[in-house]
Amino acid sequence: MTRFNWFNTTTLTLGFAFLYLPIILLMIYSFNESRLVTVWAGFSTRWYQSVFLNESFINAAWVTLRVGFISASVATVLGTMAALVLNRAGPFHGKTLFTGMIYAPMVMPEVITGLSLLLLFVSLDFARGFWTVTLAHITFSMCYVAVVVSTRLVTFERSLEEAALDLGCTRFSAFIQVTLPIIFPAILAAWLLAFTLSLDDLVIASFASGPGATTLPMKIYSQVRIGVSPEINALSSILIAVVAIGVVTASLVTKQAHVKRIKEERMAINSI
Amino acid sequence: MAVTDIASPPEEIQEPSGLSSGWGRRLFIAIPYIWLLVFFLAPFVIVLKISLSDVILARPPYFPNFDISEGWQGFLAMLRVFDLENYVWLAEDSLYLNSYLSSLRIASISTLLTLAIGYPIAYAMAKAPKEWRATLLMLVILPFWTSFLIRVYAWIGILKKEGFLNYFLLWTGIIDEPLMILNTDTAIYIGIVYSYLPFMVLPLYAVLEKLNISLLEAATDLGCSPLKAFWVITLPLSLPGVWAGCFLVFIPAVGEFVIPDILGGSSTIMIGKTLWVEFFSNRDWPVASAVAILLLLMLTLPIILFQKQQEKQAEASQ
Amino acid sequence: METQINTQPACEFAPWEDPVQKPFVRFENVTKKFGDFTAIEDLTLNIYEREFFALLGPSGCGKTTMMRMLAGFEYPTAGNIMLSQSNLHKAPPHKRPVNMMFQSYALFPHMTVEQNIGFGLKQEKTPKKEIKRRVEEMLSLVQLEPFTKRKPHQLSGGQKQRVALARSLAKKPRLLLLDEPLGALDRKLREQTQFELMSIQEQLGLTFVIVTHDQEEAMTVASRIAVMDHGKIVQVATPAEIYEYPNSRYSADFLGDVNIIEGQLDVTTGKTASLAWAEGETPLAISTKLRPPAGTTAWLAVRPEKLHISKEKPASADNCIKGEVWDIGYTGNISTFHVKASNGSILKVQVSNREHLADRPITWEDNVYVYWEKGAGVFLER
Repeated sequence: MTRFNWFNTTTLTLGFAFLYLPIILLMIYSFNESRLVTVWAGFSTRWYQSVFLNESFINAAWVTLRVGFISASVATVLGTMAALVLNRAGPFHGKTLFTGMIYAPMVMPEVITGLSLLLLFVSLDFARGFWTVTLAHITFSMCYVAVVVSTRLVTFERSLEEAALDLGCTRFSAFIQVTLPIIFPAILAAWLLAFTLSLDDLVIASFASGPGATTLPMKIYSQVRIGVSPEINALSSILIAVVAIGVVTASLVTKQAHVKRIKEERMAINSI
Repeated sequence: MAVTDIASPPEEIQEPSGLSSGWGRRLFIAIPYIWLLVFFLAPFVIVLKISLSDVILARPPYFPNFDISEGWQGFLAMLRVFDLENYVWLAEDSLYLNSYLSSLRIASISTLLTLAIGYPIAYAMAKAPKEWRATLLMLVILPFWTSFLIRVYAWIGILKKEGFLNYFLLWTGIIDEPLMILNTDTAIYIGIVYSYLPFMVLPLYAVLEKLNISLLEAATDLGCSPLKAFWVITLPLSLPGVWAGCFLVFIPAVGEFVIPDILGGSSTIMIGKTLWVEFFSNRDWPVASAVAILLLLMLTLPIILFQKQQEKQAEASQ
Repeated sequence: METQINTQPACEFAPWEDPVQKPFVRFENVTKKFGDFTAIEDLTLNIYEREFFALLGPSGCGKTTMMRMLAGFEYPTAGNIMLSQSNLHKAPPHKRPVNMMFQSYALFPHMTVEQNIGFGLKQEKTPKKEIKRRVEEMLSLVQLEPFTKRKPHQLSGGQKQRVALARSLAKKPRLLLLDEPLGALDRKLREQTQFELMSIQEQLGLTFVIVTHDQEEAMTVASRIAVMDHGKIVQVATPAEIYEYPNSRYSADFLGDVNIIEGQLDVTTGKTASLAWAEGETPLAISTKLRPPAGTTAWLAVRPEKLHISKEKPASADNCIKGEVWDIGYTGNISTFHVKASNGSILKVQVSNREHLADRPITWEDNVYVYWEKGAGVFLER
């Protein structure tokens, strides 16, 4: 059973067509000359030009990137700490509550998370805007970071840390010199996930944001409600292309490293 | 080989290479803990509090407001004003009951549809040649990294009256009249299935890929037809993946806002959308809070079931 | 590295028999509990300088816990551990002149061979030049000079094992702990490495403590072995002593193959005890100095290679049991006959195959006599 049979081939073709056709159509029609989105009227890049000339899009993109960068970075630090607390701190009072608070935000409907954070900001009399969105994003991203890093820590070979202690490291320096470099790929992946989640979020940002801090999804949403527009198609195509290139490159690099490693391991076994 | 002494420490009892004890450890625990208490737990207490308050025309638009300077007396005074009026209101107005019920209905139907579409895909992926699997897996995950909003938006152009789907169906002659799909429940089903398909495929693929091929060979060797072998071996063994996938689709689908808002019509009401409208359009924060609390209660059962199922899985895999 | 065969000159190196010698490592009434589970129970043990000491036992007997307490990963619940007469108390691992070689090797995957070996010295802020010199010394000790710049995943199992050894020796520890150091190697490589380990230990004049569940390994490398069971030490002695004079059924059974015959003590005359082992059979004679009262349950342990087998009744033998050949195990150099005695118990007899297979006169279901001298067996009270 190592070859495709007709059933599996058909299933996969249909399945991936379903997943990708909408996106591909959207990308193709972003090059449509006509404003009527579904009628092809010739190739044009005019909608891309108008995206880049649209100041409100550029501003929103800038806000989104800043929120994403700051929130992903802070969430990575907090989430990694949380993962260490879950895996390495041993028992302490309130650990169950802590574990619950790590997992709950991931299954919480976004409308509830958004509403509750907004009500918190109102009660604390925070001026809503850039920083409240960032705080909201840190909070839900750190949980995802904690889970990703935790998964790595569970499989981490503890004797590596013990070896470092045995060879003269303090606990802190064993963490810095041994644990951190080894789990770093997981931390990086967690950062990317947090960054993407932040770029993607509409609902929580809509609640937590205030005047002057419109993120790109909020901007797109306000346009989409009016209907399909070729400008949004162009903007969406840009976003999708950036993400797709990033993800594909990352996975190719990882795959190559993996292949190289396996080759080296094979060679090592043959040399006594 | 690899004989590990069972006398080495049971995990939780002593953590020689864990975090150092003392103040450093306490601080290390405190930072993420306090963050979550302030930004995750405290907001819920506030939502609960506001759901018991009355709406007023003010900023913020609810009453009573707790003023810390009034101390304990103020707190007691606030408690006295609390009532269940908003919940009574939710029970009396059929709009809310209908939105809860229709959320459950739409989420259930979409979950089943996602399972029906996701299972064959996961199965075909698990049966694909080994060198293809990583690529197929990446292709399933890739959409997850791209914007949810954009993926939902892409369907408007397909489903609307003069969209690609109608265009295609009219061209092939299957239909004579354009179908009205956008702004119906069907559009919502399509949107949810499309958006949450990776959540269904990934856990299914994980269990199906681990499934030992010799089990199926043993079954056919003992006289099962391939179809029967699938029914008595593959399907029962993939049930943990089925459950995980269903929960992962159902739970977020119940509270979904973007899909019903963009693809659904005005006649379809889902609770996430009702909450949004209550909050942003009607500015009735207490009622919106009460809606949120009830939605949360509604999700508690599936979340607990999901949790239990995950624990069972974790134990089984050890 | 030349493999010098160490024939263990017990008469030359036996500090445990010298009353003036102070122990280098001393466990003093050590108890270790994990929750309700007692891993080590009131254990006292001395280990002397330059010893190659083996802790031997099945998984769960507490041997790894002993080692982890020496390394400082665990602390005793009660009792003291002394290192050159000073109490270790709760000194953390990095403050002990003790290094450990891990069962999984625990090589840092993100560092080269060189960096791995130099890691311990770097922690001590040793000058770079000195680290380099020392690393080179270690690499030549374990014959890994060509692999300096490789990462652990580019090494074979045997090479990893040697890097791990070099790394744990780089800091010149006064005591080296080895946790199942050869467990992951295949048989041939393991035998070769055992001799390498012994020669390195001799060359550097260090004290080694090895944890293993492999009795052959312990017997090959160790100057003394502590046989452990359920957190207690059953016997501490040289390999030869344990093999020849086990003090209990447990240690007799753990080291090598053995026949154990249960019986009631009949009489003890002079230096010979006689053991009634089955009705209607002549009691068995065993040499012993012990004098327990008659009637107590006791055991006779005798190694299969010390038994003789023949079809004819021997003219004179201290002990002789008649039986039937039940099974024959052929393993090339030796044949093991399983002989069923009148009471149903099975005796294993090993005969070296000096003659060709076809010439072997004894076969299945033959009636045979198994016999041995009274000095060949050991009298056991537990």
